[in-house]
Amino acid sequence: MQGSTIDSAKTVLNYHHTAEATAAHHEEHPDLRIFGLIVFLFAEGMIFMGLFIAYLTFRLMAPSWPPEGTERLELLLPGINTAILISSSFVIHQADSAIKKNNVSGLRLWFAATTVMGAIFLAGQLYEYFHLGFGLKTNIFASTFFVLTGFHGLHVTFGLLLMMAVLWRSLKKDHYNSEHHFGVEAAEIYWHFVDVVWIVLFLLLYIL
Amino acid sequence: MLTGIVLTLVSLWYGQNHGLLPIAASEEATHVDNLFNAMMTISTGLFIIVEGVIIISAIRFRKRKDDNTDGSPVHGNVPLEILWTAIPAVIVLWISIYSFEIYNEMGGFDPMAANDPHAMHAQAKMPGAAIAAPLPTSEELSSPKSNLIAIGVGAAAKNEGKPADLVVNVTGLQYAWIFNYPDSGVTSGELHIPVDKDVQLNISANDVIHALWLPEFRLKQDAIPGRTTEIRFTANRLGEYPIRCAELCGAYHGSMNTQLFVQTAEEYNTWLQSQEVASNSPGEQVVAVNPAKMSDREFLAPYASEMGINSEILKQIHPTDSHNQI
Amino acid sequence: MTQAQLQEAANLPSHGTEPPQRKWRDYFTFNTDHKVIAIQYLVTGFIFYLIGGALATVIRTELATPEPDLVDPEFYNSLFTLHGTIMIFLWIIPAGVGGFANFLLPLMIGARDMAFPRLNAVAFWIVPPAGLLLMASFLVGPPQAGWTSYPPLSLIASQAGEAIWILSLLLLGTSSILGAINFFVTILKMRVPGMGFNQMPLFCWAMLATTGLVIIATPVLAGALILLAFDLIAGTAFFNPTGGGDPVVYQHMFWFYSHPAVYIMVMPFFGVISEVIPVHSRKPIFGYRAIAYSSLAISFLGLIVWAHHMFTSGTPAWLRMFFMITTMVIAVPTGIKVFSWLATMWGGKIRLNSAMLFAMGFISTFVVGGLTGVMVAAVPFDIHVHDTYFVVAHLHYVLFGGSVFGIYSGLYHWFPKMTGRMLNETWGRIHFALTYIGFNLTFMPMHELGLLGMPRRVAMYDPSFTSLNRLCTLGSYVLAVSTIPFLVNAVWSWMYGPKASDNPWQALTLEWMTTSPPAIENFEVLPVLATGPYDYGYGDRSSEVNVPFSEAKDPVLSAGPSSVLRAEPDPAVAAHPDDRVGESQNRE
Repeated sequence: MQGSTIDSAKTVLNYHHTAEATAAHHEEHPDLRIFGLIVFLFAEGMIFMGLFIAYLTFRLMAPSWPPEGTERLELLLPGINTAILISSSFVIHQADSAIKKNNVSGLRLWFAATTVMGAIFLAGQLYEYFHLGFGLKTNIFASTFFVLTGFHGLHVTFGLLLMMAVLWRSLKKDHYNSEHHFGVEAAEIYWHFVDVVWIVLFLLLYIL
Repeated sequence: MLTGIVLTLVSLWYGQNHGLLPIAASEEATHVDNLFNAMMTISTGLFIIVEGVIIISAIRFRKRKDDNTDGSPVHGNVPLEILWTAIPAVIVLWISIYSFEIYNEMGGFDPMAANDPHAMHAQAKMPGAAIAAPLPTSEELSSPKSNLIAIGVGAAAKNEGKPADLVVNVTGLQYAWIFNYPDSGVTSGELHIPVDKDVQLNISANDVIHALWLPEFRLKQDAIPGRTTEIRFTANRLGEYPIRCAELCGAYHGSMNTQLFVQTAEEYNTWLQSQEVASNSPGEQVVAVNPAKMSDREFLAPYASEMGINSEILKQIHPTDSHNQI
Repeated sequence: MTQAQLQEAANLPSHGTEPPQRKWRDYFTFNTDHKVIAIQYLVTGFIFYLIGGALATVIRTELATPEPDLVDPEFYNSLFTLHGTIMIFLWIIPAGVGGFANFLLPLMIGARDMAFPRLNAVAFWIVPPAGLLLMASFLVGPPQAGWTSYPPLSLIASQAGEAIWILSLLLLGTSSILGAINFFVTILKMRVPGMGFNQMPLFCWAMLATTGLVIIATPVLAGALILLAFDLIAGTAFFNPTGGGDPVVYQHMFWFYSHPAVYIMVMPFFGVISEVIPVHSRKPIFGYRAIAYSSLAISFLGLIVWAHHMFTSGTPAWLRMFFMITTMVIAVPTGIKVFSWLATMWGGKIRLNSAMLFAMGFISTFVVGGLTGVMVAAVPFDIHVHDTYFVVAHLHYVLFGGSVFGIYSGLYHWFPKMTGRMLNETWGRIHFALTYIGFNLTFMPMHELGLLGMPRRVAMYDPSFTSLNRLCTLGSYVLAVSTIPFLVNAVWSWMYGPKASDNPWQALTLEWMTTSPPAIENFEVLPVLATGPYDYGYGDRSSEVNVPFSEAKDPVLSAGPSSVLRAEPDPAVAAHPDDRVGESQNRE
């Protein structure tokens, strides 16, 4: 095994070359927060996934579903609610387009609209909760219904807080501009996530 | 080469003579033992190779004094790597197939025991809260209402399709096993079975999950509240064997033991008759009644060392929930 | 010039100017420096290890006699419940995933810190309160349902303690997920320019696979615990058959996390071992790609084997067979790793110091856990040994013989880098000998106990098992004592040990290319890769050494330059990365 001597000339060359290439001394690394958020939302999605699969298992194991005597779920109000939530995803995207054009008042308008839509959704959910014919402990269907929608509702609430925080910050001059608007983007991505989860949830609980 | 032969011989010898397993009291247990012996042989060989290489490396390739150079720059060797990927792959494949066959012999694929949701022996739904349920009566046990899946080890391959010679309903509760013979109405705290007969145990639990373990038969099945599981086996050796609970079920889990008696047909019938007489005698004989509202711990402490409920007092079961928690 | 000198010379400009002057108070604050957080994790983890170990010693003392005479059986159940929970969630996961990954990842990939330093500190500071919370359950009656916490037992035994247990685990799970997101993003996005995936040290590969598992599996545990908490506190019936629920659903959700958790606990140490062995054997790692990709294979397969913990809990036959086969298949990538480590040592010039001894101890004990792992994967055999001491032995061979040996190996290896001081070698060897003997004495007899018929988690057992149990108890005392030399050695050396040089082991990975301990932002300028992470032996060598099956003259068996597997005869061992082609495994 010969030929293992080191071509020191090349190595030195290599080193100089690389050193120049990376001479960007003490530069900040690129913004990885969006990527981190997506990974985090993936993990959140896995919690929902676990709960969905538990729900499906309970459903498959049960002799009849929903168990006999359970009041049928009303479809009208949740349907309207779903429509509101899904359209809010398009509304919040307008905010993103606005800030990319440096339009802060547009950002405020669209975020406020989304917040209101989210709040209406939550209010609708609460209304449904209080007018259902079953409670948390009525049967396994009722329990899964409340835990799934409740856990999702918690996420909606958190989304509302996020959007209000963005609105608050947007009052500060030049806090968000076309270059720097992580908060806006993060709130938007989070809101889309909440939406997608709701669609699956709605299909599972109400339609299927 | 010589090391290879010695290695093979040592592995083969140890794989057959490890003496780690208890007596095998059924034909299926012997099959399981053969599987274990085969795996033990392979494992011994691999174990010796790995430990050998480590020891040889530590001795032969340790750094000599004043030698500060590096070893040879070997990054890998594709044929060698393919070899040590392929060999384990073949070994585990072979073990899988072998396990599959033995599992089939044992009756793991018996469709009666597998997953027919409306199988005959599925258990009735628990009437009360599972946690504080009274003991189910034999009628409840035999009524096929539930759709919950009954699973376990079914009839051995040679008995498939035939009904079992003897069916026993087993109920686990903190901290005892109750055996109910539906044909004769006998209920006992010990399991008596005739030798060379195909026995089916329908297992359920009243409070928490238990597991019925018959070490000498290499059989174990969880007893799950709300489900009935089954195991079927044929004892081929007379004797008295332990029955243990293998799933953590509370503070006295370790003392949830009883005995399995494998008897000749005559002995078994004598025992059965004596039990029938006893259980038909009048009188309110109650088993394991907690006289006062004591906690489990206080109540059970004196019996900790021999918790299994013994057959003398276990003539008849009456629902008793006086010592249930909750 | 050796490779180490070459790498060091190339990185002189990025070498930190001076080690930081850290005050001891810094370690008690919300500090965002990944090196401080790493030490916080390791020390916190070690404290909990001592607590968990003390619980284990009480357990073994109780089991010295068949009667439950030392503690009452309810308290005994609490002891093993907390022992398991602490060792898994407060020692191995924080120390392995939190501690080592935090310290090493940014240094190894040439980054100045983690991608999200503040998130990193948040993830750590969840751990001590969660641990204290769990300890506080002693005040209200600790949980008694085992670390698996199967309902319905967990719903009726010691409910207050159980509620605390659930809360504590949710917190620790959150911490674990936040940490994993950070590591995942850091590995993917923060590598120094020029470091492709195949130039990463293998520890980074192992962590990539581990964090992937954490992100996918841990949330499902959270889901299971949420449902369990509802059953416990609100009185729902998810896992209660009377209300249409099913206790087996919990088992599926629990094991969907907790089987991958085994890999979460052991894979970081596959990485540690893959670093320690080549450095101290002075040889390149054998089969870089095979080791790297087998980590990914293990983490993928690890996600589809969970029901092998449930072979006796009413699992349908076809599921049993499916999970048996997937479980068996995991043996293949694991075997690749073990054989590759052996081949790395073979023909090396092994420096038998404490780090290397623990690494060799790791392989020799982990292989036992691996072999029994294949055994318990076989359904007919598992039906016999499930929930017995055989399983206790198996899991301790994997998690103690694997993970804890790995932690020690890593500590001895990186202690000079972490603290700037050398550990005492003699005491290190004494520590190894005691640990190795104590460990095998404690857990080897348990295999036989399980086969003979002793179930696990029992406070009282059949008197026929007494003598073997005595042996285990004796071993556990040796094991308990073995911690003392390490503890004294670590504390003393940290304060008064001889100063460590920057690269005391002549290693090639980037963490050794800066000061010991590393400067606050690790590197002055971004470091460069003059050599691969394991290019030992390319410098001057005095003599040829043996490699397995190598036959210099036979091209088929040759591992060297004339192997038929190389398109070009020589470039395999060329020093410069650009000139290298073909076989050379850790090159792109």
